Amino acid sequence: MIKHFLSLEWKSFFRSASFGKSLGIKIFMGFLSLYFMGMFLFIGFFMDKILKEVYPAMDPLIAFNGLIFFWILGDLLMRFFFQKLPTMSVKPMLTLPIKRKTIVHFVLGKSVTSFINFLPLFAIIPFGIKLISNDYNVSIILIWILTMVILTLINNFLNFIIESLSAETELSFLPIILFAGAIFALDHFNIVNISEALSNGILAISEHPVFITIPIVILIVLYVYNFKILRQKLFLDSSLKTKTQEVNTANLEWTKSFGDIAPFMQLDLKLLWRNKRSKSSIWMLALGLLYGLFFYPQPMYQDMPWFFAFIGIFVTGIFLINFGQFIPAWDSGYYKLLMSQNIKYEQYLKSKFTLMALSVAILFVLSIPYVYFGWKILLAHFAAAIYNVGVNTHVILYGGSFNRKKIDLDKKAAFNYQGTGAVQWLIGIPLMLLPLGIFGVAYFLVGFEMGCLILAVLGIVGVVFHQKLMKAITGKYLESKYKMIDAFDQNN
Amino acid sequence: MITTSNLSKTYSGNTVLNIESLDIPKGQSFGLVGNNGAGKTTYFSLLLDLIQPTSGHIKSNEIQVNKSEDWKPFTAAFIDESFLIGYLTAEEYFYFIGELRGQNKADVDKLVGQFKDFFHGEILGQKKFLRDLSKGNQKKVGIVAALIGNPEVIVLDEPFANLDPTTQIRLKEIIKDLAEKQGVTVLISSHDLMHVTDVCERIVVLEKGEVVKDLKTSEATLKELEMHFAG
Repeated sequence: MIKHFLSLEWKSFFRSASFGKSLGIKIFMGFLSLYFMGMFLFIGFFMDKILKEVYPAMDPLIAFNGLIFFWILGDLLMRFFFQKLPTMSVKPMLTLPIKRKTIVHFVLGKSVTSFINFLPLFAIIPFGIKLISNDYNVSIILIWILTMVILTLINNFLNFIIESLSAETELSFLPIILFAGAIFALDHFNIVNISEALSNGILAISEHPVFITIPIVILIVLYVYNFKILRQKLFLDSSLKTKTQEVNTANLEWTKSFGDIAPFMQLDLKLLWRNKRSKSSIWMLALGLLYGLFFYPQPMYQDMPWFFAFIGIFVTGIFLINFGQFIPAWDSGYYKLLMSQNIKYEQYLKSKFTLMALSVAILFVLSIPYVYFGWKILLAHFAAAIYNVGVNTHVILYGGSFNRKKIDLDKKAAFNYQGTGAVQWLIGIPLMLLPLGIFGVAYFLVGFEMGCLILAVLGIVGVVFHQKLMKAITGKYLESKYKMIDAFDQNN
Repeated sequence: MITTSNLSKTYSGNTVLNIESLDIPKGQSFGLVGNNGAGKTTYFSLLLDLIQPTSGHIKSNEIQVNKSEDWKPFTAAFIDESFLIGYLTAEEYFYFIGELRGQNKADVDKLVGQFKDFFHGEILGQKKFLRDLSKGNQKKVGIVAALIGNPEVIVLDEPFANLDPTTQIRLKEIIKDLAEKQGVTVLISSHDLMHVTDVCERIVVLEKGEVVKDLKTSEATLKELEMHFAG
């Protein structure tokens, strides 16, 4: 049976409609994986040295165990955002003579083979070998490595439970943040000293291998619980029976003041508000606005004004980037309708442009409080906002004409790469790096004010040539009309 | 109204549609039948300029559809669910289509109001998104939306599939009324020979992309079609 499943997986991977097209992402992910592997190997090899530096008085193994709590917590957070329970299309299987049990075991088993589970080994094994070569007892280290592997798997299955609980809620990442935050707080304020308990526990296991049964039991319990949740979901009606939401219709009459693009703006606003995927790009606004707080409070960045414009582009353009990169894929579900309706492409695109330009203006106003960290920041943000409106909106609309990826509006968004092609990665270069480059060069050659001026002027030039640019962009979209219709019609 | 000349569509060497000439006069109710893969949807997609012809062209009201977009104001279609916008309610969807076709809310309300029977109380005032409606109800919304704005050409792909018997009968009346009284050119495709013969004045049978029969509907038509498809 497993053999059949594996061959199905294989075929679905290589025969998927977007196989060739998404190769770019796969290569990118491959490099990312290599990078992480390298990082972990590095950490693994030099762990003992690092720990000696930081905790000179402590035994490296004990010092490391003291940090495991934080590692587990970080790992869990990473998993939440990056790891999804592997799915297989179960529906066609349900009526075949296959035991439900087998399907669930296969899905859960497959999750164990995820890259993220092997990553820790790259750090743990070199660290373990180094310890052994430093005259540690071989059996203690082996038990320790085994314990770490079990802990990783516990995280693996714990994550799926948290995900299945949070999948129901709108702010899907809230539960995990609360959970991790609460545990961290309990530990940090010494209410319950989890990190020490954990460290002692792992130490105890390495010394008395009998105790390893405890994490194993926890692992089994988590597996069984996952099994139960999944099995319950494995009925046809649980996928058919979608919750029907009650509709609240908002009054969008104010869009009428934008004239003939009003129907599209109303549609776009409803699109944003009523679908899971797009809704999370609204929540990203909050994160984007706070992005500056990572940098500005640190004195180190205060002396790097050439960096301000970049943050300005990001803070005022977070919506533009998030929303814009998936134009016109947002409408992929009903693209055929739009193409056979009595619409002007230009109006359709102009609505998107207006929405993005408005968002930049609003975000700039909201980011004014950054002036607390210095007037230069406000100036840089202002220049960046103009650049966003004048240049980046057009760039991203132009990039959209290369978009060939369908989006499923109902899917969760965090680190969902559906709809993302090489274009979406490439477009980041002119969008973010180009203004950074222009500003940086002007800053070093002339000065801060010159940098701001150049960005602002570029933005104004873009606004002045708006009509012409939109014409060219519209032409580009018309050119690729058939290709887009065809691509949006395909699944995967 | 609609003239097709030397139209063909080929996918990597495989010809799926090849129509030398086909004229559909104004106000005709035109039915397209054929087995799966006969080219019905391909023809409609070409008519709506959703795919490019390999050779030849279709002219609608003297406008070549793949050259100019001026056929759009008088043409309406419902091909499949991808013509619906899932996150709108039925009313919002009608108003949106209405706005694209230059109709205000009152116009739309008036038109949609005529289809109270057809909707059977399951569409309007439901506070439900289209994506949450059943397949049959989605289809009803799509069909009625295609009638908004007094189009002169209406294209419906498989309009009877997924509908309950009552609705099928009502839909037949609606289509007949459109062609006979309002002079609308209606193009439908169907697998149900009985429905097509009931509704259409003229029936064209496609087989492997070619026109094999072109019949003016009469008493004998249903028999003839059944004989044809029985092989």
